[in-house]
Amino acid sequence: MKQITVISGKGGTGKTTLVASFAALAENTVIADCDVDAPDLHLLLHPEIVKREEFKGLKVAVMDKTKCIECGRCEEACRFNAISYNASGVDARDGDFFTDVTESGYTVNPARCEGCGVCVFVCDQEAITLAERVSGYAFISKTKYGTMAHAQLNIAEESSGKLVTVVRNNAQRVAEEEGSELILIDGSPGIGCPVIASLTGVDLALVITEPTMSGLHDLERILDVTRHFGIATVVCINKYNINEENSRRITGFCKERGVTIAKNIPYDPVVTRAMVAAMPVVEFSVGAVSDAIKEIWASIR
Amino acid sequence: MIISIASGKGGTGKTTVAVSLALSLSDVQLLDCDVEEPNSHIFLKPEIEDVKSAYTLMPAVDNDLCDYCGKCASACEYNAIVVLPTQVMVFPELCHGCGLCSMVCPRDAISEEPREIGVVRKGRIGDSIELVYGLLHIGEIMATPLIDHVKEEINPEKTVIVDAPPGTACPVIAAVGGSDYCILVTEPTPFGLYDLRLMVEVLRMLKIPSGVVINKAGIGDRDVYRYCKEEGISILLEIPYTKKIAECYSEGIPFVNAIPEWKNRFAGMIDEIRGEL
Repeated sequence: MKQITVISGKGGTGKTTLVASFAALAENTVIADCDVDAPDLHLLLHPEIVKREEFKGLKVAVMDKTKCIECGRCEEACRFNAISYNASGVDARDGDFFTDVTESGYTVNPARCEGCGVCVFVCDQEAITLAERVSGYAFISKTKYGTMAHAQLNIAEESSGKLVTVVRNNAQRVAEEEGSELILIDGSPGIGCPVIASLTGVDLALVITEPTMSGLHDLERILDVTRHFGIATVVCINKYNINEENSRRITGFCKERGVTIAKNIPYDPVVTRAMVAAMPVVEFSVGAVSDAIKEIWASIR
Repeated sequence: MIISIASGKGGTGKTTVAVSLALSLSDVQLLDCDVEEPNSHIFLKPEIEDVKSAYTLMPAVDNDLCDYCGKCASACEYNAIVVLPTQVMVFPELCHGCGLCSMVCPRDAISEEPREIGVVRKGRIGDSIELVYGLLHIGEIMATPLIDHVKEEINPEKTVIVDAPPGTACPVIAAVGGSDYCILVTEPTPFGLYDLRLMVEVLRMLKIPSGVVINKAGIGDRDVYRYCKEEGISILLEIPYTKKIAECYSEGIPFVNAIPEWKNRFAGMIDEIRGEL
């Protein structure tokens, strides 16, 4: 079984558009949406959820105010600025602390708490405990293109990398059960935690970029990441004709780095129309964009 | 006043809006908190005046003191430290740098060492713009501590603009937290709308007032407009999808420099926000 991840560094370059079309072209493939905090692939593939499981990420500190003597040790020891003191008991947004705080004293900000347990350790009143929290949901769904593993991280949660790993494990299990040859992974923008989790151990990273200065800058960094982890990489320039000079620059840069460029995709408003129609573009239309995507798919699979 | 710029979906135009605002106002500080892929400096070309390393702490175990009792490993919530009969292994990619292992060690065998996760660069564009941006090192996973380092540079005397990363998870919360207002940049497409809804929820939870800028207006459909109307969210500005603006973007040129009348619209938007607050 092979795994391909589509990533981009920069957001909005066309990862999901490409993955949805690949899903429509592929046979015997499991699809995994690993952009767990802003997933969009389901908007094109219309999954019917078959299985839904709670995702428990990091724990969260919970404070028992009746035991708290307001010594302040927890606040001092917390390195994530997740505990703060509210003197007046009025709504006072300061620093990074957000306010559901209408009572006075020490409070835990769950959005900043990483569940490390330092506060529990330093509190000699046993006023703080660590509790499990449901940080999101992982799904296994049926689509007309094959089985799909996906997730939705609850808003403002930590541990998106961990949830990405859950989605990938689900996809692998399904692929083994179904005897699938390929797992097709839609990654998230950036180069950090969730991106690295969506890349580890895959057979190929397909990087989709655009011919803008930002695209080029972000491409360099994401190529550094795939090189750092030793992952075979192919680059594709989306909307290559909106700035052909930059496309040449990107091509030259990839050549220098010894990275293969797949067929480039031209700009065409049909891509947005397909998105509005909630369909993969290769199903929605025939034309230069669909031809290019089919050619890329043929070359990488 | 601190104004953050966020979007949920990537590539909707956060940096375009942040850079345009910086160029349309006077005495501003722009903090680029998209430390994984910062882009503001591409458009603003600052003269860098200062580069600081940003660190998190990692445990270092003194094997002479350690008796392999395993208390550190059982305390660690991240499984970042594993104790074998004659060896302790630390996994830097799992460590959050909380310090609990060194606190629980009965023999004081664990000290903490700084580990560089990225850099914070500070620069200037002319007299009126200060740019601060973070750059996460390749292979590092923890964007949030670096974002915190960037935000330590906030100068409350100035109008502060915070360019947030895409998504709705912890790095976004770290970036937008503490701002007086958040501008949500979206595009009028189903993807733009889906991720906008998530960000609206985030901001409601954080109790940060917000409004929407629609970028690439003219593409897609009208659902974002309908949503904003239903939810009572004000549309602060529409930036049309034009060849000229797209060209400027691709070249790394702030479009408000090419079409200066837009500076008034961005400045006007800030006046409107100030009025609303």
